[in-house]
Amino acid sequence: MSAAAGTRIEARPSPVISDEVRQTTCYMCACRCGINVHMKDGEVAYIEGNRDHPVNKGVLCGKGSAGIMQHNAPSRLRSPMKRVGPRGSGEFENISWDEALDIAADMLRPIRENNPEKLAFFTGRDQSQSFTSFWAQQFGTPNYAAHGGFCSVNMAAAGIYTMGGAFWEFGQPDWDRAKLFMIFGVAEDHDSNPIKIGLGKLKANGAKVIGVNPIRSGYNAIADEWVGITPGTDGLFILALVHELMKAGKIDLDYLARFTNAPGLINASEGPDKGLLLRDEDGKVLVIDRATGKLTPFDQMGVKPDLNGTLERDGVTHRTVFNEMATRYLEPEYAPEAVAERCGVSADRIKAIAALLAKTAFDEAIEIDQPWTDFRGEKHEKMIGRPVAFHSMRGISAHSNGFQTCRSLHILQIILGSVEVPGGFRFKPPYPKPVEAHPAPHCGVKPLSPLDGPHLGFVRGPEGLALKEDGTPARIDKAFTWENPMSAHGLMHMVISNAHAGDPYKIDTLFMYMANMAWNSSMNTKGTMEMLTDKDENGEYVIPNIIYSDAYSSETVAYADLILPDTTYLERHDCISLLDRPICEADGAADAIRWPVVEPDRDVRGFQSVLCELGAKLDLPAFINEDGSQKWADYADYIQTHQRKPGIGPLAGFRGENGDQGGRGAPNPNQIDAYIENGGFWINHIPDEALYYKPWNKAYQDWAVEIGILDTPMPYLFQLYVEPMRKFQLAAEGHGERQPPEHLRERIKETMDPLPYWYEPFEGTMVDEEEFPIHALTQRPMAMYHSWGTQNAWLRQIHGHNPLYVPTKIWEANGFEDGDWAKVTSHHGEITVPVSHMAALNDNTVWTWNAIGKRKGAWALKEDAPEANKGFLLNHLIHELLPSKGDGMRWANSDPITGQAAWFDLKVRIEKAPPPDQSQPVFPSIKSPVGQGPDDIAWEVGK
Amino acid sequence: MTTLPSQTDTKLGLVIDLDTCVGCHACVVSCKGWNTQNYGAPLSDKDAYGTPEGTFLNRVHSYEVQPDQGPAQTVHFPKSCLHCEDAPCVTVCPTGASYKRTEDGIVLVNEDDCMGCGLCAWACPYGARELDLMAGVMKKCTLCVDRIYNENLPEEDRVPACVRTCPSGARHFGDLGDPNSDVSKLVAERGGMDLMPELGTKPVNKYLPPRPKDTLDCGVALNPVAEEAKGFLGWLDNALEKM
Repeated sequence: MSAAAGTRIEARPSPVISDEVRQTTCYMCACRCGINVHMKDGEVAYIEGNRDHPVNKGVLCGKGSAGIMQHNAPSRLRSPMKRVGPRGSGEFENISWDEALDIAADMLRPIRENNPEKLAFFTGRDQSQSFTSFWAQQFGTPNYAAHGGFCSVNMAAAGIYTMGGAFWEFGQPDWDRAKLFMIFGVAEDHDSNPIKIGLGKLKANGAKVIGVNPIRSGYNAIADEWVGITPGTDGLFILALVHELMKAGKIDLDYLARFTNAPGLINASEGPDKGLLLRDEDGKVLVIDRATGKLTPFDQMGVKPDLNGTLERDGVTHRTVFNEMATRYLEPEYAPEAVAERCGVSADRIKAIAALLAKTAFDEAIEIDQPWTDFRGEKHEKMIGRPVAFHSMRGISAHSNGFQTCRSLHILQIILGSVEVPGGFRFKPPYPKPVEAHPAPHCGVKPLSPLDGPHLGFVRGPEGLALKEDGTPARIDKAFTWENPMSAHGLMHMVISNAHAGDPYKIDTLFMYMANMAWNSSMNTKGTMEMLTDKDENGEYVIPNIIYSDAYSSETVAYADLILPDTTYLERHDCISLLDRPICEADGAADAIRWPVVEPDRDVRGFQSVLCELGAKLDLPAFINEDGSQKWADYADYIQTHQRKPGIGPLAGFRGENGDQGGRGAPNPNQIDAYIENGGFWINHIPDEALYYKPWNKAYQDWAVEIGILDTPMPYLFQLYVEPMRKFQLAAEGHGERQPPEHLRERIKETMDPLPYWYEPFEGTMVDEEEFPIHALTQRPMAMYHSWGTQNAWLRQIHGHNPLYVPTKIWEANGFEDGDWAKVTSHHGEITVPVSHMAALNDNTVWTWNAIGKRKGAWALKEDAPEANKGFLLNHLIHELLPSKGDGMRWANSDPITGQAAWFDLKVRIEKAPPPDQSQPVFPSIKSPVGQGPDDIAWEVGK
Repeated sequence: MTTLPSQTDTKLGLVIDLDTCVGCHACVVSCKGWNTQNYGAPLSDKDAYGTPEGTFLNRVHSYEVQPDQGPAQTVHFPKSCLHCEDAPCVTVCPTGASYKRTEDGIVLVNEDDCMGCGLCAWACPYGARELDLMAGVMKKCTLCVDRIYNENLPEEDRVPACVRTCPSGARHFGDLGDPNSDVSKLVAERGGMDLMPELGTKPVNKYLPPRPKDTLDCGVALNPVAEEAKGFLGWLDNALEKM
């Protein structure tokens, strides 16, 4: 029997999908994929990937596809608000934008008139940093940074100081040609969709994948080989691979000689130049030419730099960087047998991986018939490739030894000759770019004047530190000080605690944008909340004023005095700029826009547009016309008309009055329309001759100048030996005028080593190993971006719970069973949380998903939401300071070179606990300024 | 009960590569988005901002596997309707709402005829059907029947939403009834498998098994050219001479 089928769908249904497709850029995480937004009756109906887009080529992750629920989330802020209850209560009153901007201007104007450093402006996961930093520079405060200090700076700084570019999304494996791909500490992260697309390609091509990660999830789950390493020991493992490769002579000598400072001669004479490289009068690094045996500038046409050259002068023998590397890395301390136990990887396995790297790089080398010319003028008939590619992320960078570990990995890549060659790791424009092409940090403050230059940059030595005349830190976050000299991204994670302590000085106003500092983005979350609400003896808040801009009702909203509500990503203009973090691919320069595919239905404004207005109200010079009127009507106006240098603006595409110029050109009044017409992005492909060997390739350098990435060709050598680090050591040894404080001398001498080495992460050395024997980590889920995903009705059904995952050994030792809870204790605090067994996990590591736990009252969730009951944060166990050493001082829980927050140094103990009714600790509910979300939804739009 | 077609020449279905799936849930959400706007009632979410219970036509489960040798492995396992040739969910349907199409083998629910009794979900051994709690009708994967023939879409987009969006390319769509189709060839090459074949449901969808893992031969090591720095530098001079 079969019932009537009259209402069945027809055989080949062909319904109309939508009224219109609008193409813009995703912002469900930081990857900036292109999206097609299908519109029905003026509403967002469906979001899919843009097939033409260079980043995602049509695909889209779970977050991106759930954008419709973020755009319509009940947690969206609806109006400017001023605080009417005590800080932290969540009690606000809606106000008009006029009133909000008056309040902000009244707070900020006297600061600018008297002492601009009293404003701390930090911008979280900001994708408009070239604009927000410009605003802060115009205001004149030295206190600006985004969130890189607690996120990525080890990776960024190690990459740029070593090879002029970094992992994260600034480079990529040669997905089409790599035969072996090795990933370190990569969970879901930048570059999310490109990595997944790439893994699919590698698998289809039969390439092998090695995953190095204590946790076998995600990409590591599909890796052919899993190295379940002990957290914090990656550097040791990598240097053991370097040891094996060097010992076997499996290194690319030609590449090292031509393209790195390995043949550079280290000055061995006692004195202020000891350890620096020998240079000629023009400052060029000198090498011994094997053809002539003479000291020769590295870039001379025809030079054959000798990796083992020596120079005898005045009774002193100066040896090469490479000689120094051989001496160090061939030491038995880096032998596989010596590191195996500490790394949790057998010596045989380390040796076998080294052998596989060597076999793939050298026995399976690639040749492309593509002539090219190097910077010395030498012509090469072919491009030789080493098809071994690496990628690495937070797993190695978020440790206090992260900078040197990232450097170690770059050393490994470079001795294999696998950077910027076919099959290896490739930079994406505007990288590669040597340190010399980056700004140095600036901190010159003068009332009513812009800062004397960009805030952030790359110091070249002690002279570049951001110190006041009396030697105290110029910046509230103490970036670019002796405590962390190369803190290229600032230290957002130290701002609140330093401002609260009045160390190095007190501030008046803390102004933040989209950073959930009162919850998952801070170490010591409870302490941070207390600092934000603490009052002085006069009953005034210790941090007097807090302005916050966010699109959503995050935990941090409750701690602000003034809320400037931002739009969702589908309601705003943005530029994904070459001046900032663009969407380039290794084969081309590209940038993109967002534009309002729908207009806001609430009284909210794009934060950058608000800054245009606030800047004008404060008379910031660049934000006003000659007659004092507001210069840029909104952010879109800025994007189209601002010129950073003549011909160079926020967007590189469709420049010139007719929109027919790329890279350089006069502003185009119709530029944004041209982007919209082109699918929301612009791309300029690199010529074939320039596709590889970019730092040394004449054609690439010329192309980069042509499109405005460089002002002049800047070929350079990879810095296996980082001289600026040696300059800090020299200071610590007593040379030079700027001297470190006594208590930091020894640490600087040790940690600012110009060749990478491994040291144990600090927390592990300062707590009792028996008391806290276990490593504790977080990983970012693939379907969630930080705290944002929980407000999304679809995504929170995928990751609404975050048990603590426990490996078999610890699970059995504690007699855990399904449904059990555990008390987890660190030197700083304790939490009680649900546990779950996981076998594919390092024996000595527990972990959970990042930022799932929520505070009651935030994100428009109901009180019974699992995230606010069973969910939890590891942050309660982590302190921004290390335990006391007994010398009366507490050192930052950060990398001593860059200041990167050492989230993954955490050591804990774990024990079974009676199940509480909810995860501990519990904080009082905050009053939601937006109410709670509806009960049931069925999100169909249109007719 | 409702009858099945005796056979279908065309057998549209999915081939899912478990060696490549990273468990990112892109397919899950893309499916949710598409099917909330298109075929039948929207996929609802009860108590969306409290303790949610929503309808999903495709879910990804993660399993751990402990092989005899070597470390434990993680397998991500996306699961949706398998469009079985002998579909027990169809034959159990008391109203004829559940049916298997003769023209392409897709198993569908005609929601107008569905009374939400749930028998089909009970009969499906794969747990691939979900009763929508707001609409009160049974929901299941339609293979995006409203995409695959849709002339309003560019030809390259006439695939299920989950296939179009899959970032790692782990999902393939095609006619498994045609031995020369790309998907059939892939199944043949990679040893594609039925899910629980012993049940006799003859699923059309196939899974490509994970390739063997952790097979690196740990007996292999590089031969040293020297044991310490001095010897190495001697080797280096020789090597540089030869360059």
